[in-house]
Amino acid sequence: MFQSSYFKLQPYSPCYLCVLCASVVNICEKSGYMTEEILHELQRDTFDFFMHETNPANGLVPDNTNSGAPSSIAAVGLSLAAYTVGVERGFMARAEASQRTLAALRFFWNSPQGPEPDVTGYKGFFYHFLDMQTGRRAWKCELSTIDTTFLIAGALAAAAYFASDSEDEREISTLADALFRRVDWRWALNGKATVAHGWKPESGFLNYRWEGYNEAILLYALGLGSPTFPLPPESYRAFTCTYQWENLYGCDFLFAGPLFIHQLSHVWIDFRGIQDEFMRAKGIDYFENTRRATLLQQQYAIRNPLEFEGYGEHCWGLTAGAGPGPATRRIHGMQRRFYSYEARGIPYGPDDGTIAPWAAVASLPFAPEIVLPAINYINNIHHELLSEYGYLCSFNPTFANESQGETGRTGWISNAYYGLDQGPIVLMIENYRTGFFWQLMRRCHYLATGLRRAGFRGGWL
Amino acid sequence: MHSTAEPLPRDQFNTELVSQVRPPDWQNPEPADRYNMVIIGAGTAGLVTAAGVAGLGGKVALIERHLMGGDCLNTGCVPSKTIIRSSRVAQDIREAEAFGVHVPYEPVQIDFASVMERMRRLRAHISHHDSAKRFQQLGADVFLGEARFVGPDSMEVAGKRLCFRKAVIATGARPMVPPIPGLAEAGYLTNETVFNLTKRPERLAVIGGGPLGCELAQAFCRLGCRVTFVQKHPQFLPLEERDAAQILGRVLERDGIDIRLNSGVEQISVSGKEKLVAVVSDGNKQTIAVDEIVVGVGRAPNVEGLNLEAARVRYDTEKGVWVNDFLQTSNTRIYAAGDVCLQHKFTHMAEAAARIVVQNALFLGRKRVSALTVPWCTYTDPEIAHVGMYVTEARQKRIDVKTFTIPLGDVDRAITDGEGDGFVKIHIREGSDKIIGATIVARHAGEMISEISLAMVAGVGLTTISTVIHPYPTQAEAIKRAADAYNRTRLKPWAKSLSTRWLAWTR
Repeated sequence: MFQSSYFKLQPYSPCYLCVLCASVVNICEKSGYMTEEILHELQRDTFDFFMHETNPANGLVPDNTNSGAPSSIAAVGLSLAAYTVGVERGFMARAEASQRTLAALRFFWNSPQGPEPDVTGYKGFFYHFLDMQTGRRAWKCELSTIDTTFLIAGALAAAAYFASDSEDEREISTLADALFRRVDWRWALNGKATVAHGWKPESGFLNYRWEGYNEAILLYALGLGSPTFPLPPESYRAFTCTYQWENLYGCDFLFAGPLFIHQLSHVWIDFRGIQDEFMRAKGIDYFENTRRATLLQQQYAIRNPLEFEGYGEHCWGLTAGAGPGPATRRIHGMQRRFYSYEARGIPYGPDDGTIAPWAAVASLPFAPEIVLPAINYINNIHHELLSEYGYLCSFNPTFANESQGETGRTGWISNAYYGLDQGPIVLMIENYRTGFFWQLMRRCHYLATGLRRAGFRGGWL
Repeated sequence: MHSTAEPLPRDQFNTELVSQVRPPDWQNPEPADRYNMVIIGAGTAGLVTAAGVAGLGGKVALIERHLMGGDCLNTGCVPSKTIIRSSRVAQDIREAEAFGVHVPYEPVQIDFASVMERMRRLRAHISHHDSAKRFQQLGADVFLGEARFVGPDSMEVAGKRLCFRKAVIATGARPMVPPIPGLAEAGYLTNETVFNLTKRPERLAVIGGGPLGCELAQAFCRLGCRVTFVQKHPQFLPLEERDAAQILGRVLERDGIDIRLNSGVEQISVSGKEKLVAVVSDGNKQTIAVDEIVVGVGRAPNVEGLNLEAARVRYDTEKGVWVNDFLQTSNTRIYAAGDVCLQHKFTHMAEAAARIVVQNALFLGRKRVSALTVPWCTYTDPEIAHVGMYVTEARQKRIDVKTFTIPLGDVDRAITDGEGDGFVKIHIREGSDKIIGATIVARHAGEMISEISLAMVAGVGLTTISTVIHPYPTQAEAIKRAADAYNRTRLKPWAKSLSTRWLAWTR
């Protein structure tokens, strides 16, 4: 199995959490309580979100399953990536996948671009949320650099996969290439070293920039690899300059609180054995860093400093996701603030007792010895979370549903699925099972070029 | 211009305060022929300089145009901390149930007038430390009036000419006022006037998310005001570590403050007794009706009216008086200290600068400002204290930095106190135990940071701190825990292996 070699590839000084977990690996493997079938079923059910929720006319995928939700362009990107896995797994036919992919790529290539407030994109970037039918900007949202990144990465993944000589597949390749070349990454710098989060026609660039360790490695890698508007190498140096190398619970890691930050670039990039300047100095790679971040999430849940219900060895995962708020409740005499959609993280929070099962699953390739028992635990103890598309987004055992009147075992449960959660589940299960998607993305020369320009060396590069 | 308004209301406490720091019957002394040092401004920097020079036997003149004690005593640290204390009590009572203490009346009844009276009483009580009389007794010639240079070695005050061997400009700073249309017409409060309140404004807008804005927004919220907090940056305390600022942001939100980040105030108008604040965020405008507006967007140095040109002292209105690392101005006879010239506008920084000035100006010293290790603290709840470099700053200087983090939720005393919101972060130069900076978020972070400051000044690393016995249980134990975490990283696999073999052999 692919994953059996992961730990042999890690010639790093052990963090003590890793040592603790070594025994758990053996227990998992011996007991065999996590079967291939369960992973397969979860992957297929989750994939069905893209099959059933996508608008086949334009390829747009809803941000979530709540009624009237607009499309999230990141979810579209993840759908394009997921289709490649779907074909490999036999969840859908290759022809259907290529048709869906073409519908999306044609839409994005032909949709209006410009500075007007009601178009689909500008400077090659796209608005974060689009109307599911018209494809126009929704909610006066921002032109999003990171969400465009995920969309473009999905297009490039499709181009790498649908590489036959057929007319449809040649068009996929052409459109993906054109979409990538159109993105003006330099414009998004807005005169500074790091890339801005976004732009609005009404107020210009957002105040935020991609600084501090976050999911933007993929953004910088693609931006640096652009043949048309490449980011300067200094931008990546400026990005990593804001990193924080921390020792938490006795474990050294590149800090970021929410787990998704440690996963979303990793969905696409096989970080095993490749290192940038920062990681070379630390003697690990980003794969190992995410492994540590995952173990720390479990440690945090075991320590459970805010005494939330349900947290424990097999119930962990603070990340971006829906929540029961906004609301304030008195819990054990203390005022507790509960959030709605929020990026939750450890150890500084925000933490309102909301666990996202998808966060654990998306760490499957990094720390299977704790993720597999977590999946098993959720399936057995919180099986209410399993519905038509796999795990619902999140739950909060501390927050009692109004209708229940008291805190049940599972408490509040999100009633929605989010494309941004579903994609990583499908892709990370695949990366764990076969490494297929990582292998596929290695073929994307723009990404490889960008990684080299960012200073990555070694391994498959 | 600097406010010369008297503290209000004219009650017994403010009368006592004024009698100490600006006695109505004060008679300026006859100037000496020549002073070792003349100091303009009797805030912290001026007072410490004057006490130092007088104590060392020098002839010193101290000039103040308003209230001795400066911002710290009259409109800054002292009044704000007394109010913050009251607000903490109110919050503790609100959360008493979590500690098993039942409070029969809810919501908590707050007598705002009494809160402010307590502040005035304690301020007056403390004021004798900074009184004109006390400094006269210490040996300083205290002049009350406007000072103005008339030459490179002389100045005038209240019609009298003072000649000096050295002089110190310590005129401080005043609150900056943002150029918001309608603000002046509607009226607003700053730190110079907010402590004159005797009646609680039911609805309050706070503009500016720096230390002052954060402290006042939280304190007034906890004292029962409905507070709207407008900050143009994506986070409060934009100069602080993001994790610290985000913890604070969540606490402010939990307290019930209406938070508007990434927002600006487009204009302010008046409708009856209401002030209408037009807040713009991402192109969306919303008008908020309030009773009072507090402005805290930074401080401008007091350089006007001093006729600095006559003394050949260079300055600008943004950074203030230009000084070198020895706090010397462009006129080598004249020094500056405190908020009028320093980036870090803190009382303790002004005090440290004053000590440097005394040594450098009078005793041929070569003490440098850049050599100081300067901690600071924002007195919100939890407090946010910092010393030394931030990680970003270190990495920009290509210093390989590693942070040892102890969340307070893992510290026994913080758990028993119900004060787990926070952390101790100590930054070291990787490959050594040398501390280059630290941030503490804790209810009494300001008390805890001094241990780190001491270690940095004394050149003590984490290895030594880990050998220092800290009383158990204390929140400061988190510092030792961070040091212990560092020590564990020193245990390399080969050492562990050696140790295991030794123990096996000696079993």
